[in-house]
This record gives sequence, structure tokens and C-alpha cells, in this order.
Amino acid sequence: MDAQQRQEYWRSNLKIMAILLIIWALVSYGAGIVFVEPLNNVSFLGVPLGFWFAQQGSIVTFVILIFVYVKLMDRLDQKYGITEYEQEVHHP
Amino acid sequence: MSSTQLWTLVFVALTFSFYIFIAYRSRVSDTAGFYIAGGGIPAPANGAAIAADWMSAASFISMAGIIAFSNNGYAGSVFLMGWTGGYVLLALLLAPYLRKFGKYTVPDFVGDRYSEAARLISVVCALVISFVYVAGQMGGVGIVFQRFLGVDRTLGVIIGMVIVFFYAVLGGMKGITWTQVAQYSVLIVAYIIPVFAISAKLTGNPIPYLSFGEILQKLDELQVGLGIDAYTEAFTRTSMVNMVLITAALMFGTAGLPHVIVRFYTAKSVRAARYSALWALFFIAILYTMAPAIGAMSKFNVINSLDGTAVEDTPGWYNTWSDVGLITHNDLNSNGAIDLAGGFGEGTEMIINNDIVVLAAPEIAGLPAPIVGLVAAGGLAAALSTASGLLLVISSSVANDIYYKKVNPQASEAKQLLVGRIAMGAAIVVAGYLGINPPGFVAEVVALAFGLAAASFFPILFLGIFWKKATAAAAAAGMAVGLSVTLLYQLWTLPTFFGNDTILDIPATGIGTIGMILNLLTILIVSQFTTPPTPVMQKVIEDVRYPGRSELVVAHAEGKLSEEELHGRHDH
Repeated sequence: MDAQQRQEYWRSNLKIMAILLIIWALVSYGAGIVFVEPLNNVSFLGVPLGFWFAQQGSIVTFVILIFVYVKLMDRLDQKYGITEYEQEVHHP
Repeated sequence: MSSTQLWTLVFVALTFSFYIFIAYRSRVSDTAGFYIAGGGIPAPANGAAIAADWMSAASFISMAGIIAFSNNGYAGSVFLMGWTGGYVLLALLLAPYLRKFGKYTVPDFVGDRYSEAARLISVVCALVISFVYVAGQMGGVGIVFQRFLGVDRTLGVIIGMVIVFFYAVLGGMKGITWTQVAQYSVLIVAYIIPVFAISAKLTGNPIPYLSFGEILQKLDELQVGLGIDAYTEAFTRTSMVNMVLITAALMFGTAGLPHVIVRFYTAKSVRAARYSALWALFFIAILYTMAPAIGAMSKFNVINSLDGTAVEDTPGWYNTWSDVGLITHNDLNSNGAIDLAGGFGEGTEMIINNDIVVLAAPEIAGLPAPIVGLVAAGGLAAALSTASGLLLVISSSVANDIYYKKVNPQASEAKQLLVGRIAMGAAIVVAGYLGINPPGFVAEVVALAFGLAAASFFPILFLGIFWKKATAAAAAAGMAVGLSVTLLYQLWTLPTFFGNDTILDIPATGIGTIGMILNLLTILIVSQFTTPPTPVMQKVIEDVRYPGRSELVVAHAEGKLSEEELHGRHDH
């Protein structure tokens, strides 16, 4: 990768991170805490929605967020020609 | 011996022999294998090992009860969101980059990226956090043995010590990782079976995710009828600000705990580190999404079967667990019956230990003896897997960060390994002692360890990767500020220490968030006025961000860069 490619790669990485972390904050601090009371007026699978986000929904979303992250990063790596992952070194 | 005890014994003996067999098969003879399993663990296995490492005796045995009983439902959500949300931060912000950096421990990164002073502070933090935590696990092993097998608690702890000693000292990270994979399987099966069985019994639908709504509706009605706040209602026991503060302290603390971070070093590559985080959270989420369901179901069962019951008509499981002191009834109105109108806890008729919810769930639901034995084996698996992971952090801190880096840099591989094993053996003895004679404050401190990790480690790791200009002096200052604010406030408010009133209503468990913000601000400000990192170090940080081989990062990982290149000249 040359300098410009590196810059592009890092920008894309930061963009992916920012979007996913905004969703991360919205489901937990948003739906689970700040907006829990209005959301509790809606029911999901019989559970008040705000309460569901606080106890189950946020956790499910977290798993999906990391899934999307690893897939997007795989695609980004591929775009910049990184397809082989050698075993990286480890030393004391 | 009752049939429950017999089944417990069978399951415990089976699982323990299984762990020892695995450990023997994966024994190691070099430091890379001992500390990081040679960096060659496939992602799903690494994920299962991280999950087992992460889910302690507290997650397995106590969490459902903490949510349902101590926090009356909604307020307990902080643990569910906090202890899982941290993995998103780990996966996106820390794990891939720390893996690329290619060292053994968290203090290794801190010491190389910043300075020796910062390394020292982080070694001390890692040791304190790990010891506090491991003492709780050993105590947990003793309690499971005592309750299920009627064995003396001290003997239970000693049995646990011997087992851990065998596989952790022999196999190091490699032995521990593969044993943890087995332990995860045992603990998740032991959790799922009772939850599904109870759900089926209560609602006719075995899937706890689908029956959750029905249970909550019944429970809300039941509680409101008794004059207790509804289970699903928000902010009855806590404020919005406190929910945010505590959740954040747990999330950022999770992302800063040394025994979790070190697991990403065992991944094969950066890509494998990302996938490890995914698998880890997936495996953790299976248990964490079921915990609120079993909590609500058990609470419903307890209220339903006990409220208004005359003391002499209580069900069998009630008597079993009140005999060992986990259920206490105070007949405040002296009518000879249990009245739950005031709810649960101090000042009401009924005090219920949180551990009951999981431990007694099979009996409450009338499930057969083998399932009860399985739950005991699951509790032991959770406690042992967490203990062994922590012991490894302690051992690597002593042998790698202190002995090899500070005392004897010429030490041969064999010598380092020996020191690591001796350190681990000694740590097991200390942990066992603390497990048998727990200091009163252990339980409190475990909850606070997250605040400390959030206030000390998370900012310096995060900025260390994402901000090349973060300086060594700033990192040391940031850690000092974050740690001291958090620790002093915790000591100030904790009943076992000074027991003063909280300031601005900030809970001791939430102060870590404030400490973390102060740490971040300190680094941002102090970095403006102090010597920036050397050009070589800035280049290393830069290279860590990109995929593919970087000769500079490799040279650094192999220790070929000089102290002057990394940290600059010290002209004092």
C-alpha cells in the first residue's frame, strides 16, 4: 500500500467504526436508558420495547454489530489486496 | 448420600477428568506456548475460551438473581448491557491493533508505547485487579462443593486449587485455552437445559426468548398486586443518569480488563483477533440473553409458590435452601405465614440470596436429580475457567513484565518458563487462601474493579492506538488522575471503608466513568506540553493500523528496536 492508499484505508476504517459505534450507543444508552419510558408503551414479543432493549435487544444488536464489522473489514482488506493473513509474529 | 449428591459427584468427576486429560494433551514447553498458546488458536475456539474466561461464578450463579431480586428487573439491565457492550469496544477499538502490536501482555504494550513508569503502574493495576477477581472464583468453587456435596468449604477450595494447579501450571495458555473450550460447553449446557425446562413448564413454550413477554406480564401483575413496583418499569430504583454512569463504567471496564485483552494475543492474525471477538460475544450472548428470562421466571415461581403460604406448608426446595441459610424468613407480622407484600430484602419478611435463582431453579421447577448435578458442574466450570485465565495474567505479569523485563533480561527461555510456573503456583496458593478466608470487601471490590479498569486502562490503550501524539508523560498523568479519583471516591463512599454519603448522587459503581473522562482529558491536555513520542514509535503506531506485513512492527515485536529509538534520549 502506498501513502495515499493507506490514508484511504484508514478513513474507511474510521467511518465503519463511527457508524457502528453510533448504533452501539443508540441501542444501549438510547433505547435501553434515555428513551426507555416512551418505548415501553410499544410491545415487542409481548415485552415492553424499552425493557426488551435494555435486557435482550441491545445484546443481540451488539453481536450483529461485531458481525457486520468483521465482514466489512474483510471486504476493505480485500479491496486493498490483502487476502492472505500470515501468522503474525510474537516475541517477548 | 442423596441421588442429587450422587449425580453431582458423577458430573464433577467426569468433567474434572476431562479437563485434566485435555491439559495433559496440550502441555507446553516454551514461553510463547505458555503465555499465548503460540498465537495459534482458531477463532471459534478462542471465542469459546474467552467466553468461559469471562463468565465467572458470578455470571453463572448470581447474575440472574442480582437482576431479578436485588434490582427488581429493569435496574439490573446495567449488568446485561455493560458486560456485553464492552466487547463492541474491544472488537472495534482495541483487539485488532493490540494483536498486530505482537506482544504478550497489556503492560508490554503500555511500556513500549509510553514509558517504563507507565508499564509499572499497569503491572500493579493488572495484579491487583486479577487477585481480587481470582479470590472470588476460588470462594465460588468452595461454595458449590459445600452446597451440592456437603463437603467442607475449605476442602472444596483445596480440590479446586489442585485441579487448576495441574492444568494451568502444566499447560500454560495452551492448556488453559483448550480446557476453557470444554468448560464453556459444560457451563452453557448446564444453563440452557434448566432454562428451557422451566420455560416449558411455566408457559408451555420451551423457548425462553418467546415466553419472556408472557412471564413479564404475569410477574408485573403479581408484583403490582403486592404493592411492589412493576418489574419492567424504568427508574423505580435508580435514576437515568446513574443507569448511564454504571453501564458505561462496566462497558469501558470490560474493554480495559487485562485478562480479557490478553486473549486476543492468542489469535493467529489480526483477522482472527476480530473473529475471536465476534465468537466470544456470540457465546457470551447465549447465556446473557437467557439470564433475564430465568431471573424473571424464578421470581414468578418464588412469589407464586410462597406468598401467603403458612410456614409449615412451605415446599421442599424452600426447606433445603433455608437450611443452608440462603432463604431467610422473618415473620414481621407474626401471622405464621410468608407475606411478600413488602417485596424482598432487608426490612421485609423475605431475604433471598441471589445465587438461589440459578442453583435452585431445577428443584423449584421439579426437574430430575441429574440436571441438578449438571448445574453444579456448570458452576464449577465457570469458576475454574475464570480462575485459570486470571492466574495466567498474574503469572505473565510476574515472569514477563517484572522478572524478564526488569530483573533478569538475560534469562533463558527455560528459566522464564520456570519463573512463570512458580509465580502461578504461588498465585494459586494465595488465591486459595483468600478463597478460604475471604476479606469482607472482596465482593464489593470485584464490582468496583470494572470502574478501576475503565478509569486506568481504557483511555491509554485507546489513545495509544488512535492518537500518535499521546505522550508518555500524559499517559502516566492520565492513569494517575483516573485511578486516584475513582479509588478515592470508592473508598470514600463504601460502607466497609469510610461510608460517607455520595456526592451529587454518583454511585460508587459509576464513578469509573467520571475517572475515565478525566483520564482522557488529562492525556489530551498534558500531551500538548510534553515531549511527543519518537518518530520511530509514531511510525510503529501508524503501521499497526494497516493490514499486511510491516517490517517495522515485526522488528519491534522481535525486540530489535533500541530503547532510544522507541522512547528517545533521557537527558535528565
